[in-house]
Amino acid sequence: MNPGPEDDGRANRGGTGAKALDTDALLDDPGTRIIVCCGAGGVGKTTTAAALGLRAAERGRHPVVITVDPARRLAQSMGVEALDNTPRPVPLPEGARGSMHAMMLDMKRTFDEVVEEHADPERARQILANPFYQTLSTSFSGTQEYMAMEKLGQLRQSGDWDLIVVDTPPSRSALDFLDAPERLGRFLDGRLIRFLSAPASTGAFRLLGAGFNLVTSTIGRIVGKQFLDDLRSFVSAFDTVFGGFQKRAERTYRLLRTPGTAFVVVAVPDTDAMREASYFVDRLAGDAMPLAGVVVNRTHPLPEGAGSSLGAADAESAAASLEEGGVHPLASAALRLHAERVRVRGREVGLRDALLSSHPDLRVAEVAALPEDVHDLEGLRRIGGALAAAAGGR
Amino acid sequence: MSDREHGPQHPGDACAGARLHIVTGKGGTGKTTIAAALAQALAADGGRVLLVEVEGRQGVATLLGSPPLPYEEREMLSVPGGGSVSVLAADAEAALLEYLEMFYGMRRAGQALNRLGAVDFATTIAPGLRDVLLTGKATEAVRRRRGARRRPSAADPSAPFHYDAVVMDAPPTGRISQFLNVNSEVAGLARVGPIRNHADKVMEVIRSDRTLVHFVTLLEEMPAQETRDGIAEISELGLAAGMVLVNMARPPLLDDASLEAAASGGPDLDALAAGFGEARVENPRELAASLAGEVRGHALRVRLERRVRSDLEDLGRPLLELPLLAGGVDRAALDELTRRLAEQGVRR
Repeated sequence: MNPGPEDDGRANRGGTGAKALDTDALLDDPGTRIIVCCGAGGVGKTTTAAALGLRAAERGRHPVVITVDPARRLAQSMGVEALDNTPRPVPLPEGARGSMHAMMLDMKRTFDEVVEEHADPERARQILANPFYQTLSTSFSGTQEYMAMEKLGQLRQSGDWDLIVVDTPPSRSALDFLDAPERLGRFLDGRLIRFLSAPASTGAFRLLGAGFNLVTSTIGRIVGKQFLDDLRSFVSAFDTVFGGFQKRAERTYRLLRTPGTAFVVVAVPDTDAMREASYFVDRLAGDAMPLAGVVVNRTHPLPEGAGSSLGAADAESAAASLEEGGVHPLASAALRLHAERVRVRGREVGLRDALLSSHPDLRVAEVAALPEDVHDLEGLRRIGGALAAAAGGR
Repeated sequence: MSDREHGPQHPGDACAGARLHIVTGKGGTGKTTIAAALAQALAADGGRVLLVEVEGRQGVATLLGSPPLPYEEREMLSVPGGGSVSVLAADAEAALLEYLEMFYGMRRAGQALNRLGAVDFATTIAPGLRDVLLTGKATEAVRRRRGARRRPSAADPSAPFHYDAVVMDAPPTGRISQFLNVNSEVAGLARVGPIRNHADKVMEVIRSDRTLVHFVTLLEEMPAQETRDGIAEISELGLAAGMVLVNMARPPLLDDASLEAAASGGPDLDALAAGFGEARVENPRELAASLAGEVRGHALRVRLERRVRSDLEDLGRPLLELPLLAGGVDRAALDELTRRLAEQGVRR
């Protein structure tokens, strides 16, 4: 669960003072029921979620990993090739003590199922056929996040898995995962939708300084009258469903605050992703949501041994002396590479320390960049191992 | 095109004559930087270019180290030889209000809608509408004639274009075909009416053979895969793919034989140690063992990059290469990238 004070600072990272995120302790704790991986787009959320799931299964747990839009080959390696909303067993390497399932979120189908569950068949049919609903369920900017949370709530309730690992939708901002469901709720319950769908005889139009007709005719001119008619019939059909809908979202949101949940913020060592991670960490604290720590993917640690103390300037002048003589191209290339690595590492450490200086208790695990992308279980297994090793050489 | 007669062909030749350049790429590939460099390259020798940003990220402002930009075309960069690049941070809400005012003279109604949250509503409920407004803003700038800033319909059709080229810093590759397919995006929303007409007009510009969609990528598997998928998707929509821009390219530091050896079994430790000894570095033997992993990592990466590069070449699009610049991106770096684009044939 949340790493307690008893293991405080046990696993320091190479003299930097950062506390390590102990992912194995997190995964082994039977109290950990939900792990939510979030962060900016393109930082390796899906890979981290899948690697954590696999590691948990190898260590004897029975996780399900919910992925949203995974890279094709990674999805294939986990045996989920289609958006079908059904958790599929992942063929595990030999020696795994637990089991693992994975599923790919089908946002529209999840939405349809919620409607079908909450409305009588006739009303459900009306809603599903409404063009406005079709737009809402496929392209509203918060629907994917809302449905990921809905799915999470469903799987948690089913009790079939002792651990659910959620990969959050790819969005511009990591905060969208927390904000979007509320935005959808606010929208569906909002002033405007009531106003647009209200019959003209009610007092709704007094809300406006400008006349009601001016506004509806403007909207009508922009989007067409048909759209308004669709919207009205959608709202009247959806009204009865909505109470249950909103309550559900609130329940799932509360679930994220319980001690069984752990947020893992994923980042890469660049300015944008680290800033995003910092915002997200603050936001979780503000919302009283339990943060396990930050995973920084694709870092460039210095090599062990003699190379760790050779600075960039020294390496470069040594390389220059060899190049001048036109001898030992292999050695001079190695020195150039090392100088570059030392500089890159310097920037990474600077970014990490900036994050830690504003969040001194933050737990961090780094995963070194691999020469090739991960697209098989063996690769995921190595990532899981690297995450665990970040906590102190296991 | 006259350069063709007296110079070898360059990959960038392909974009001469295009008026709308849509730049996409997977997140993290440096799309915004490349879009800005492309705008500068197109403005060389007296051109007027507009750089439009559509994602509300203020990426251009960050790049140029300026405060956030307002919704306004503002001249931000001047190019040697008298050219200029204006920048517009487009915003769907402002575009909708402008659109209402421009086409219907409905300023008051627009403001009322805004108070009621209708504009927020319209652009949130239907990202399609948002996209139409943003692409609409860029295509309006493409069509705009000199002397008729506001109402395109009132322009003298024989007047020269206001901008010689428009460069759009577009959404990432994963969303690009949806973003550009404005027709189908509004289909569920407005089957008839002004939005529909507007969408048709926008699509006409986007489908024109003077519009190109350029893809920024790295020599890594995921961005290259997205480039392949993106090109296939936009081609299906009838849009023209332009250049593939390989960003942050690094030259290999070793000859092929050493790369091959290092990639398969690791580098020759004796040769490394001998070289370190010659350079009078301390503990040459220990250092060789310590740095071997970095050399092997480099060799594996070069091998992967070559494979990715050859797959990208198979796409049959002009392939341009831009170097990884030490020290991050600033104005000097931007000018350097602009120069590299020009060297590879990029011009109006």
